[in-house]
Amino acid sequence: MRRLAVALGALVVVALAGATILAHASPAMDVQEVTSPGGIHAWLVEDHSMPLVAVGLGFHGGSALDPRGKEGLAEMVSGLLDEGAGDLDSKTFQQRLNDLAIDYSFRAGIDDFTGSMRTLSDRRDEAFDLLRLSLTAPRFDAEPVERIRGQLLAELADESSDPNSIADRVWWHTSFAEHPYGRQTSGTQAGLQAVTAADLRGFVTARFTRDNLIIGVVGDISAADLKPLLDRTFGALPASGTADNVGEAAPGAPGSVIVVDQHVPQSIVLFGQGGVKRHDADFYAAFLMNHILGGGGFSSRLTQEVREKRGLAYSIDTDLVALDHVGLVQGMVGTKNASVGEAMTLIKQEWKRMRDEGPTEKELADAKLYLTGSYALRFGSTTSIAQALVGVQLEDFPSDYFSKRNGYIDAVTLDDVKRVARKLLDPDTLSFVIVGRPEGVTATQPAPEGLF
Amino acid sequence: MRFRIAWLLLAGLLALGGPPVATAGVFNPSTITLSNGLQVVVIENHRAPVVTHMIWYRVGAADEVPGKTGIAHFHEHLMFKGTKTVPPGGFSEMVARLGGNENAFTTQDYTAFYQSVAVEHLEEMMRLEADRMQNLVLTDDVVLPERDVIIEERRQRVDNDPGAQLGEMMRASLFLNHPYRMPTIGWLQEMQHLTTADAVAWHQKWYMPNNAIVVISGDVTMDQVRPLAEKYYGAIPAQPLAPRVRPDEPAQFAPRRVTMQDQRVQLASWTRQYEAPSYHHGAKEHAYALEVLSEILGGGTSSRLYRSLVVDQKLATGAGSNYDADNVDLSVFSLYAAAQSGAGAADTDKIEKAVDAEIGKLLKDGVTDDEVRRAKGVLLAEAVKARDSLAGPARIVGTALATGSTVDEIEGWPDRIGAVTVADVNAAAKAVFDIDYSVTGILLPQAGG
Repeated sequence: MRRLAVALGALVVVALAGATILAHASPAMDVQEVTSPGGIHAWLVEDHSMPLVAVGLGFHGGSALDPRGKEGLAEMVSGLLDEGAGDLDSKTFQQRLNDLAIDYSFRAGIDDFTGSMRTLSDRRDEAFDLLRLSLTAPRFDAEPVERIRGQLLAELADESSDPNSIADRVWWHTSFAEHPYGRQTSGTQAGLQAVTAADLRGFVTARFTRDNLIIGVVGDISAADLKPLLDRTFGALPASGTADNVGEAAPGAPGSVIVVDQHVPQSIVLFGQGGVKRHDADFYAAFLMNHILGGGGFSSRLTQEVREKRGLAYSIDTDLVALDHVGLVQGMVGTKNASVGEAMTLIKQEWKRMRDEGPTEKELADAKLYLTGSYALRFGSTTSIAQALVGVQLEDFPSDYFSKRNGYIDAVTLDDVKRVARKLLDPDTLSFVIVGRPEGVTATQPAPEGLF
Repeated sequence: MRFRIAWLLLAGLLALGGPPVATAGVFNPSTITLSNGLQVVVIENHRAPVVTHMIWYRVGAADEVPGKTGIAHFHEHLMFKGTKTVPPGGFSEMVARLGGNENAFTTQDYTAFYQSVAVEHLEEMMRLEADRMQNLVLTDDVVLPERDVIIEERRQRVDNDPGAQLGEMMRASLFLNHPYRMPTIGWLQEMQHLTTADAVAWHQKWYMPNNAIVVISGDVTMDQVRPLAEKYYGAIPAQPLAPRVRPDEPAQFAPRRVTMQDQRVQLASWTRQYEAPSYHHGAKEHAYALEVLSEILGGGTSSRLYRSLVVDQKLATGAGSNYDADNVDLSVFSLYAAAQSGAGAADTDKIEKAVDAEIGKLLKDGVTDDEVRRAKGVLLAEAVKARDSLAGPARIVGTALATGSTVDEIEGWPDRIGAVTVADVNAAAKAVFDIDYSVTGILLPQAGG
C-alpha cells in the first residue's frame, strides 16, 4: 500500500509536555505535472490506496465579472452544469450521476469558478465523460433554468433575513460601492430575474477555455491513464476567451459604523480594513499576525479577551482575505445586544495593542508551530487534496509550493510581524457593520437599503 | 452523524447491476477491552503519518435530570478548563503547538472529544485525555464565564434563527415523554442557573473508564496502541456506573401541528417528523429498510419528493427526507420542503397535500425493484467514500459503538443493506408513516409582510 499521497515531514524535534518543539517541516506532497498529447496541463497526486479518483477544476474569473444588471450569473451557471448536457436532458443527467454515485459540484467564487468531481475508479471514464459534456455542451433547457432560478431566488430571500448574510452584504457594499467587489456572488432578485439562456451560454464560452483551465487530479489513476482522458475531456474547449477586466480596489468608508435594525437577541458584528494580497512580500507576516490576533482558535488574543475571560461570545475570529484585486483583514463576532459596545471596545483595544507592540516571541513561535504542523491535516481526503492543487495554481504558485510553504512561514521574523502590524492595523479606520439591536453603539451613517 | 455515509466497503457492489466486487471487510477495526472496562478500537489507515484520537462517553443530553437541561453540553466545554497539573486551556495550547486540530461535540446520546495530530504525538494526546477524565478541576472563575459562552452559543444557533426555534418546538411536540424532547443545548432559563457543583456532579457520575470508548484511526496498529492505552487509561479505576434513566414514549393518538410566523422569516418551509425505530429501539427490524426508503423518497434530485414537488408540480424549491438510525432510543424520519420565494400559508398547504399524496401513493403501490436497486447502489457507494477522510472513520465507528452497535453489526452493515427487499421497504413505510405519531411544522413570513 502506498503511503505517499500526503506524508508529513519528520518533526525536527519531537516533544512531550514541557520540552521544546523547534519546527514542523512541510508535508511531502508528490505532485506530478502532467501534459497530455493535446497540450492540456494538469497536476496529479497518485494514491492507489482507495478505489477513488477526485478531480478539481478552476477557471479565473468569478462573480466580480457578472455584467451589471445580471448579478448572480456565475452563481446560476454553477447550479446548471449538472442539469443537462449533450444528448442528456436534466432528468437523465441527474439519474446518471446518481446511479454512478458521482459527487459533482461547481462553485462560483468572487474571482474564480471551480468544480469538483469524485468517482469510484471503476466508472472513471463515464465520470470524465459527464464532465466533458457539462463543460462543452451544457443545455440550459428552460425547465432546469427556471427551477434553478427559483431556488436561487428562494435562497436569496432566506439570506435577506439572516443577520450574518445581511452584515456581509452591507459591509462589502459600503466598502466597495461601485466596484464589482461591492456586489455578492449570490446576486440580486433583479439580477437573477434578468439572466437569460444566452447569458449562460456566453459565460461558458468566455470562461471555459483551455488557456484559462486549471486541473488537479488525485487518487487511483496513473499519469499514463490520465493523459488521454485529459484530451478527451477538455480538448474540445475553445483555445482562449475573455480576460479579467476587474480593476484594483481599496476599501472605502474608513471608520464607519453602520447599524442594521433586526429583531434578534444576538447582534452580528462584522469589521475590517485593508490587508495584503497573496503575492505581497508581507503576506506570511500578515498571516501570522492575523493568526495571533484573531485567527487561531482558543489561543488568539481576541478569543482570550472576548470569549475566555469575559464570556461575551461563542465565536470571534478574524481572517486574512486575499482577493485578486484587494487584500483585507476582516473579522466577525456574535454577542448579545447589550454587550456590543464592550465587544467593539475590546476589538479596537486589541487592534491597537497589536499595532503598537506586535506579538511576543512566544506567541509568534507558537503560531508558527500550529500553522506549519497542521498544514498536513488539510490533506486528509482526495477531494481536499484536489482542491489544494487547484487553489495553488489559481494563485499562480509552482508545484513545489507544498514543500516550500512551511519554510516561508518559518522565515518570518518578529520584526517582520511588528512592521506589518504597524502598517496594516488602525483601530480608528476599522469599519463596522452591526445587525441587531445593539446597545452602546453610535452609527456614523445610515444603513443602505435595497441590497437584495 | 448519518449512518448512510458511515460505512465503507470496497467497490460498488450492486451499483449499476454490475458484477459484485469482492469486499474486504468493512472498517476491519481491532478492538480490546481493558480490565477497567474501557473499550479501545483501532482503525488502521496508513495513507499518511497522522492519527485521529477520539474518546466517546456514553452520556448525552437525554441523560440529564429535570431542571438541568444543557449540563451535558456545558460540561463538554468545561473539559477544556484544566486539571491538577494542566492549566485552563493548557490541553488546547499543547495540541496547537503540536500542529494538531481538536474539538468536541455533544448529542442526546453521547459526548466525544478528539484530536488529529502527527502519529508521534498520539501518546501525549492519550496522556492528556486520560488526565482530564480523572483529574478535572472546576472552579467558579472558569465555570461562570463559560456559562455565558454557552448562552451566547444558544443565541447564535437557536434564538437568532427562527427555523431552529421552530425545530425546538417540533421536537418537544413529537416526543411526549422521552427526554429527546429537550434541546441538547438546553432551555435558556435552566442554562442560566447551571452551577460548578452541577458540572462536578455530572463528571463524577459519568466520566469513568467503564463508560468510555477510545477510537483511534490512522497510521498505527493495535500492537502499538495497546501498551499506551494500558499505561494511561488502564491506570484509572472503574467505578460503579448508574443506569441511564430514560422514560419511553407512550402510544400517541393524534397528529400535532406547530406553526411559527415571524417577521424575520422570508422563506416559507414545511417539515414533517415521524417517530421511527432506530437500530436499537422500537420496531428495529425496519431500520435498514428505512435507510433505503429515505434514499428513494428524498435522497437527492432523482428522489420521489424532489421529482414530484420541485420538478413536476413546481410547488417547492427543494424537497427531501432524512433518517438516522444511530440512536440509543427512538429515531425520527423527517420530510421537508422549502417553498418558492414569496410563498405563504396557501403554498405550504399545497406542499403538504402533495407530500401526503406521495405518501398515499407509496403506501398503496409500494416501491419498485428498480428504485430499491438504485438506492442500495447509492448507499453502498457512499460507504466506499466514507473512508476517504482522516477523522471520518473514527467518527463513524465511535458513533455506532457509543449508541449500542457492536463491531460485528458495523462490519455487517453492507450485507444488511444489500439484503433489503421491496417487501421490506414497503413494510417499513407502513410502520413509520402513521400520522398519529407525527408533528408537522410550518414556518411562515409575517402575514402581509
